Amino acid sequence: MNMINTPKVDKVGIEDRISRITKRSLKKEAKMEGLKMALNMVDLTTLEGMDTNNKVSQMCYKAMHLHDEHPGLPTVAAVCVYPNFVKLAVNSLKGSGVKVASVATAFPSGHSTLDIKIKDTKLAVDSGANEVDMVISRGKFHSGDFNFVYDEIASIKEACGKARLKVILETGELGNLDNVRKASDIAMLAGADFIKTSTGKIKPAATLPVTLVMLEAIKDYYYKTGIMIGMKPAGGISNAKLALQYLLLVKETLGIKWLDNHWFRFGASSLANDLLMQIMKQTTGSYQSANYFSKD
Amino acid sequence: MKQKNSKGEALKFSGKWDLAPAPESTDHIEIKKEYQLFINGKFYKPSSGKYFPSINPANEKHLSMIAEANEKDVDRAVKAARKAFDGTWSKISAKERGKYIYRIARLIQEKARELAVIESLDGGKPIREARDIDVPIAAAHFFYYAGWTDKLKYAFPNQSPKAVGVAGQVIPWNFPLMMAAWKIAPALATGNTVVLKPAETTSLTALKLAEIIQEADLPPGVVNIVTGAGATGAAIVNHSDVDKIAFTGSTGVGKVIMKAIAGTEKKSTMELGGKAANIIFEDAPLDQAVEGVINGIYFNQGHVCCAGSRLFIQESVYDVVLRKLKDRIQALVLGDPLDKNTDIGAINSKEQLATINKYLKIGQKEGADMFQLSCDIPKKGFWCPPTLFTNVSQSHAIAKEEIFGPVLAVQTFRTIDEVITKANNTPFGLSAGVWTDKGSKIFNLTSQMRAGVVWANTYNKFDPTSPFGGYKESGHGREGGLHGLLPYLNI
Repeated sequence: MNMINTPKVDKVGIEDRISRITKRSLKKEAKMEGLKMALNMVDLTTLEGMDTNNKVSQMCYKAMHLHDEHPGLPTVAAVCVYPNFVKLAVNSLKGSGVKVASVATAFPSGHSTLDIKIKDTKLAVDSGANEVDMVISRGKFHSGDFNFVYDEIASIKEACGKARLKVILETGELGNLDNVRKASDIAMLAGADFIKTSTGKIKPAATLPVTLVMLEAIKDYYYKTGIMIGMKPAGGISNAKLALQYLLLVKETLGIKWLDNHWFRFGASSLANDLLMQIMKQTTGSYQSANYFSKD
Repeated sequence: MKQKNSKGEALKFSGKWDLAPAPESTDHIEIKKEYQLFINGKFYKPSSGKYFPSINPANEKHLSMIAEANEKDVDRAVKAARKAFDGTWSKISAKERGKYIYRIARLIQEKARELAVIESLDGGKPIREARDIDVPIAAAHFFYYAGWTDKLKYAFPNQSPKAVGVAGQVIPWNFPLMMAAWKIAPALATGNTVVLKPAETTSLTALKLAEIIQEADLPPGVVNIVTGAGATGAAIVNHSDVDKIAFTGSTGVGKVIMKAIAGTEKKSTMELGGKAANIIFEDAPLDQAVEGVINGIYFNQGHVCCAGSRLFIQESVYDVVLRKLKDRIQALVLGDPLDKNTDIGAINSKEQLATINKYLKIGQKEGADMFQLSCDIPKKGFWCPPTLFTNVSQSHAIAKEEIFGPVLAVQTFRTIDEVITKANNTPFGLSAGVWTDKGSKIFNLTSQMRAGVVWANTYNKFDPTSPFGGYKESGHGREGGLHGLLPYLNI
């Protein structure tokens, strides 16, 4: 893996491509369909030092009851919490179809031993998490020890058992797009089911250019192996317009197969309410006050 | 890196969450029923009384009737231009001249939306391109050259640059307003007066520009715009009182013009055809290179003289690049040019579509493999889906001749020397593109390329500060930048 040779990325070209996407215009039924699809792809997230049982159970209720005033809405895809809240989340969401994702591996910095990271992962999985969001060791990546990064991901994948593994690259710490591509390739080769941009704790978090680089990596991997890998941009996607641009980017890069929450997620906390507000605007023709949408 | 057979099935880019129509409004534009000739600051009926129709190539609907200028009208326009040159334009200060040109630039910006919509209606190009490229670049050219008016002595130190006189300018239908700007702005900045003829299928934005020039209160006769077909252009070229011919169009017509003005005192700038090589090396950022190929050949339906119509892919990455290219083509949107999501608009005219279709047939007959975007083609109007040919060699007509449509001929190469030889193996020499991560390779290749513009890791980027023009049969003289002043000056 230390010899890994990944395709080059040109930042200017990536930005050109993004400017084409952001000029797309979504109207009427396409807009509504996109808003609902995006809502159904949200991993409703709380990852704070001050998280409590009450906070987590309130968020879980919200995940199942996004806006009861408007029947027929989808639920979000999952909630995302720390490992010690997984059991509570699983119980709160029973029967709803909403999945439970847990961050693990000494999130967000990833500075710990493999032993502890595996235990952290097992805690989440044994508590019933359907998905594990791990972080890669960025320090090792920057010092060129790609073998370490690869091995660690492979070990965590093994510890995940049946749970799907999302690998957070923390692109805001990788320095450039070539590194984003390299980290994406390493993660996929090591067994990631999803690759994810960010922890949400570092700025910049997810961006369209970074996401495009990762989608292209997924595409190359798919054609090489036949294996589909999921994508999750996380952090900084707080409004519906931006979310729809991400989805357009997915559609035009990976095609329609990826337009499904099994293959694409948004890691976000405030996005869901903006999507709801836009859905209601599309339905009624006028904007409602933000106070009509519950903030849990 | 070679990847013959991919394991994943081909991806699909439509059939779910397809875009709904998002048409640009046409409420705010005004197209007159009939357009006259713009001579000496006023609009005059043609002396023959003849008009020809202008249609929307996307639906074949009638847009307007355009006056046809004959020799008599052209003579009147040239006389007006001469009088303006002698009487006012060469007399006023350079600073004042600059003010007028700035005013034109600002008015173009003010009316940008209307101009973009009309450009799209009249020529078939996607509104996104008209709005984001054609109109802004047209305004930028006027701004840029307005700045030069009082600095000519600094541009050419120790010399006394003098205006040439009356410039006869004949422009094509692919970028109607932008080409008018490329021609008029440097001519005015250097103190010349102008008789300009737009192409017969796309007269409307040039006539809107005439209205803008009137509104900018330019002295009468400084800019004259006469509409018509080839005969009108010939009348300008052959007029004895025209000092300079600036022509953008096909190499065929360029040769006719050069013969016509041989032995006269007329200066000339020719911006003619092209068959540009776009070269992808194995170490290139492949996904961005593919995007560049798309911009290179499918921008403006391939109606671009500098279009990257010959693609050379290094053999080791051929399969990967081709697959990426085909996937990218499938994500393009063809349809109503006024729809904001349209990537590929209508072919400019029935005649041009016939030419393109002729080459599609030739390509298949020659044994090349054709691939096209699979999409619905509108029933009315003139359309050609983005097309690429593989299994092409240098001897194929589709690799030798300018098609001027959305048709790409793909070839392979092994070494840098081989690709330089192949890229230069053409009578054209307008532009080229190179894609590699290695800087030294860029400098090696660009220094050996016989082409006026060579883009590295990008394609079809235009800027008024950058000179543009051809080698060999792609023409002579430069437009844009400081170099673009020279053809309009006696030094």
